[in-house]
Amino acid sequence: MRRSLVLDVSVRLLYPSIIVLSLYFLFSGHNQPGGGFVGGLAASAAVSLRYVTGGLEAVRRSFRSEPPTILGAGLALSVGTAVFPMLLGGAILEHATLELHPPVLGDIKVTSALPFDVGVYLVVIGLILMVFEAFGDDRDDEMEMVEAPTVPATSVREEYRALTQHTSSSTQHAAASARLEENETS
Amino acid sequence: MNSALVPLPIVIPLLAAALAVIFVRFHIVQRAIALSALIGSVGVSIALLVQVEEHDVVKMDAGGWAAPLGITYVVDRLSAIMLVTSSLMLLIVLIYAIGQRGVEDNHLAFDAVYLVLAAGVAASFVTGDMFNLFVAFEMMLAASFVLLTLGGRADQVRGGMTYVVISLVASAMFITALALLYASTGTINMADLAQRIPELSSGVRTGFSLLLILVFGVKAGLFPLFFWLPDSYPTAPGPVTAIFAGLLTKVGVYAIIRTQTLLFPPDSQQGTVLLIIGGLTMAVGALGALAQDDLKRLLSFHIVGQIGFMIFGLGLFTVAGISAVVFYIVQTILVKTNLFLVAGLIDRHTGSSRISRVGGVVRSAPIIAVFFAVPALSLAGLPPSSGFAGKFALINAGVMSSQWAIVTVALIVSLLTLFSMTKIWAGVFWGEPESATPLAEGRTNGGPPLMVLATGLTVALSISFVVFAGPMFELAERAGDDLMNPSAYINAVLGGGGS
Repeated sequence: MRRSLVLDVSVRLLYPSIIVLSLYFLFSGHNQPGGGFVGGLAASAAVSLRYVTGGLEAVRRSFRSEPPTILGAGLALSVGTAVFPMLLGGAILEHATLELHPPVLGDIKVTSALPFDVGVYLVVIGLILMVFEAFGDDRDDEMEMVEAPTVPATSVREEYRALTQHTSSSTQHAAASARLEENETS
Repeated sequence: MNSALVPLPIVIPLLAAALAVIFVRFHIVQRAIALSALIGSVGVSIALLVQVEEHDVVKMDAGGWAAPLGITYVVDRLSAIMLVTSSLMLLIVLIYAIGQRGVEDNHLAFDAVYLVLAAGVAASFVTGDMFNLFVAFEMMLAASFVLLTLGGRADQVRGGMTYVVISLVASAMFITALALLYASTGTINMADLAQRIPELSSGVRTGFSLLLILVFGVKAGLFPLFFWLPDSYPTAPGPVTAIFAGLLTKVGVYAIIRTQTLLFPPDSQQGTVLLIIGGLTMAVGALGALAQDDLKRLLSFHIVGQIGFMIFGLGLFTVAGISAVVFYIVQTILVKTNLFLVAGLIDRHTGSSRISRVGGVVRSAPIIAVFFAVPALSLAGLPPSSGFAGKFALINAGVMSSQWAIVTVALIVSLLTLFSMTKIWAGVFWGEPESATPLAEGRTNGGPPLMVLATGLTVALSISFVVFAGPMFELAERAGDDLMNPSAYINAVLGGGGS
């Protein structure tokens, strides 16, 4: 898999920031724009960026759990939150709020909508991971089978050279890199 | 009356689907979860039917928000009857699918997706809110897209594409209709709509009525919009076809009955239109079936034909007509599921589902012949069967309303149905197989025990349906009475339930 330096570095910066943003959406969602679904989409966008740079392997390394486990746990959490009030004699999906006033942190408001939103967040991420598992792998394998093996790049410059000149065979590529090296030495 | 049981038919399968996804690597655990969830659903549905018999309408407001604003889950007699029937069929078909070993049925996602389908079907019957009905339809459709193409074969994907496109078009129209309804009345709660729609001008009401018939007509497979059905259903894996044939189109019919009887005052109910559509649907179904050689395709055309009978009963807009429809839907769900399960057994037994290539099954596997005979007689409407009781009630209602044209069509169509059943019988059960000998290992057992057991259960259910036809029909009459006088439903939803 050919990697792009600019993309790699920017994604390294972007990934944590987008995840933080997605968590903000998740926690603010109960009475502001945001919520589990939007948060999950933002997090999935971050994961997709990793896919663009590092392929399926990078996506797999981002999460320890298997995609079906994430999806299932999310759905179970959401449905569980919906049913829980019924165990206490309320209606399905009924909500409660808890407001705390701890000394330093200011006012904290927690609603029982939060676990529901966390569930939705997990469902969205789990689904996107499963989509990558299902569709993300084939193309790379095929490309590797079709494309002739390329000479491993030794410098960043050379890698970009290869990107601009689309070489179809290894001999051409070798010739090109040989020419490049000649230019560099002269 | 408020009841904590009301949302359970949706919640139980959904929670089980979540667990099935978590235990995706443990096949036996998945199966156990799916089975126990569906058994639970059957139990809850029966309990709901008992409650409804006592209190007429039971409901629960989601989140504790009262009716016109919040989402209400309501169960009346029709919903409860549909819930019991559908959950029983889902359970039986799951048993059949467990018995049928094959690539498609041991697919990792099968149980989870099947449970989501169960939740979607239950949600359509339970919801009292138009937008929630849309969500329920989408849940059901998303699950059915996956189930339809589970094998990944070329013909499945082709049939699936037709189904996906037509369903999405219908969904787009549905959501547009909802937007228009909300724009003109300011509510999408069904009970509230029932009070607001009479305030609209009659042209607008007729427009809405027709638009909703069109939307649900696509899902139900009504006359000009049925073409996707015989193309897509037969390609799916056996048990999936059985559950689609038995249930999904009937959910569309349920939605038509619910919206037409509840939302619209008598002067904008589309009686004549529905009678014409019903007649054409019946005729097309029966005539189309005559030309088919593939067993599953032939039966798929009969699905369309039977939808026509239901629309005929609804189009009368009399208590007798609607009661007959309620009775007929239940028996047709039983019969259709049964026939497709038998078609799966025949396919497995002989290696083909083409009538011209199969033969002599009555000798090689008599039990399959018995299993086929009961629902086939029922479908044709011959006297000792449940289909006879259903068709008799429908035609009786038609005669009482003096709708002679549609009664004539219904009788001719019944005759044609009998003809295609005899065609199947002569081709599949009598005669000699044209090509290879039947693949029967054991001559008498007819297939893997669980598959035979599941098919046997549907046969037993449809026989007991005849035996208890009296009480069943009284129940259907009470349901029909509720539907034609929806004030109890509206009061229960809007008036705090009286408890």
